[in-house]
Amino acid sequence: MYGGGSLFEAVKLDELQHEDPMKLAEFEARIQRGEKIEPDDWMPELYRKQVIRMIEQHAHSEIIGALPEGTWITRAPGFRRKMALLAKVQDEVGHAQLLYSAAETLGKTREQMMLDLISGKSKYSNVFNYPTPTWADSTVISWLIDAGAIVNQMANARGSYGPYCRALERICAEESFHLKYGHDAVVYLATGSHKQRQMIQEALNRWWPPIMTFFGPADKISAHTEILMRWKVKMATNDECRQQFLDMYVPKVWEIGLTLPDPNLRKNEEGVWEYTEPDWEEFKQVINGNGPCNKERLAVRRQAEEKGAWVRRALLKPETTYVKPLA
Amino acid sequence: MNEQAIKELLYTLADNQLVLGHRNSEWTGIGPILEEDIAFSSMAQDKLGHSLAFYALLYELGESDPDTLAFMRNPSQFHCCQLVELPIGEYDFSLIRHFLYDHAEAIRFEYLTQAGYEPLAKVATKLRGELKYHLLHANTMVKQLGNATAESINRLQQSLNDAFPYALGMFESSPYEAELASAGIFPLESQIQTQWLENIRKVLAQTQLQLPDLESVMPVFGGRRGVHSEYLQPLLDEMAEVYNLDPNTEW
Repeated sequence: MYGGGSLFEAVKLDELQHEDPMKLAEFEARIQRGEKIEPDDWMPELYRKQVIRMIEQHAHSEIIGALPEGTWITRAPGFRRKMALLAKVQDEVGHAQLLYSAAETLGKTREQMMLDLISGKSKYSNVFNYPTPTWADSTVISWLIDAGAIVNQMANARGSYGPYCRALERICAEESFHLKYGHDAVVYLATGSHKQRQMIQEALNRWWPPIMTFFGPADKISAHTEILMRWKVKMATNDECRQQFLDMYVPKVWEIGLTLPDPNLRKNEEGVWEYTEPDWEEFKQVINGNGPCNKERLAVRRQAEEKGAWVRRALLKPETTYVKPLA
Repeated sequence: MNEQAIKELLYTLADNQLVLGHRNSEWTGIGPILEEDIAFSSMAQDKLGHSLAFYALLYELGESDPDTLAFMRNPSQFHCCQLVELPIGEYDFSLIRHFLYDHAEAIRFEYLTQAGYEPLAKVATKLRGELKYHLLHANTMVKQLGNATAESINRLQQSLNDAFPYALGMFESSPYEAELASAGIFPLESQIQTQWLENIRKVLAQTQLQLPDLESVMPVFGGRRGVHSEYLQPLLDEMAEVYNLDPNTEW
């Protein structure tokens, strides 16, 4: 998990006016040639800002995403599920650690990113503002949200910022196990007792609308991000990712006898998936803090930060100086 | 050899690992730093894995399968010490508990590798490597935080005072221990306790923490014979919440 649907704002191109045109041209030529940008290379401030923002959002999504699933570790049914879910959520926290390090190479500290997360200034994947009231909900996340994240991360792994790409390669390798775990757990419910089948269908019905918004708003209403595509910060449009996800996973959902709560969902003659347009107004509301679980998620994170502050104070010796991590 | 004696030992080992593993897993997602979040999750996985291995030996001896043993018993059927049942509290308590517990566990595993009961010796030999990392982690963090700020030293000291009577409860004797010792399967608890005190004293001597006076502390016993704190029942209820929806199906 859990990255995906990074939220980009419309880029203000006038920020580029202050950049040296020669250096900018050389920078763009390097990206064009498929070279990776490394932490100490020259880069426009706008690039630095956008890449930090993207990696930071991804890192936040990992640790916030650990909460709705993590709450099921202590309740997971049986040794096999308990150990697998625990290992999976641990992986996600490990991804956060990798990603914060990748973002730190660009000059923003982990502490500052944490502060921006709990103050609400930084965003994370919107889907984690929805609740996981049953075990089945946690399995839907493990399967389909991780699946969506893989679609997004495989694309981003071909991006231009070296440390992020390298982190994503390691992350994707672990994600493929998560996907297997999630699929297995869903299949057991979908082919199990009446009660289990009902549980998983209800969870899927609850999660489908948020899943459809996972990759962000439709291209036609998205902020213009051409320059981010040219700089290989954003590697595919929201709709491209969504189409790829639907193409890979809708048949798999149907195959195990589950239904999806969208009567308009179908693949047309041109091979394009048609669906009911997600409620982008609700999406905006949730992003802005008004979803069912925004407050709870941030409160848990804030409490963890506050309760752990003494440990960080104790580990930080007076002679310690800040060193950017190697990436 | 009395099979009941072996079983009682296996239940004690397994239940301790299961319950502490469960507690440690509660840190996943909320640790004081990401690195500790990950460390506690990782140790929790190891503990759960150990408990599974011990329950599997019980299954071979004719007891129920591991899931039934872990998810379907009442508190009075559990043999774990009360130390592992206590809530995670704040990080200082969880760290100190981990330190006290794993020093004892490491000694137990060393003896188990020599156990005159081969299936158990095999399992212990396979798993003891993991204990080395748990100890390394506990010692590193206790030494760092036990020498850092007045705040961290005070917190660790307070937790050490609170946890110590429960930690002594880890060495509760069983009606079978003389028999196990004479059969060369497992030593007396008092012998493990003596070694444990020596080992933790060595580490604590490198910190500004003081071990409470042994004479003035009353050990909290009972767990091994099914007498538990108020915290075990809610823990087991939570653990079985989903499993109990339908114990006869696969999840």
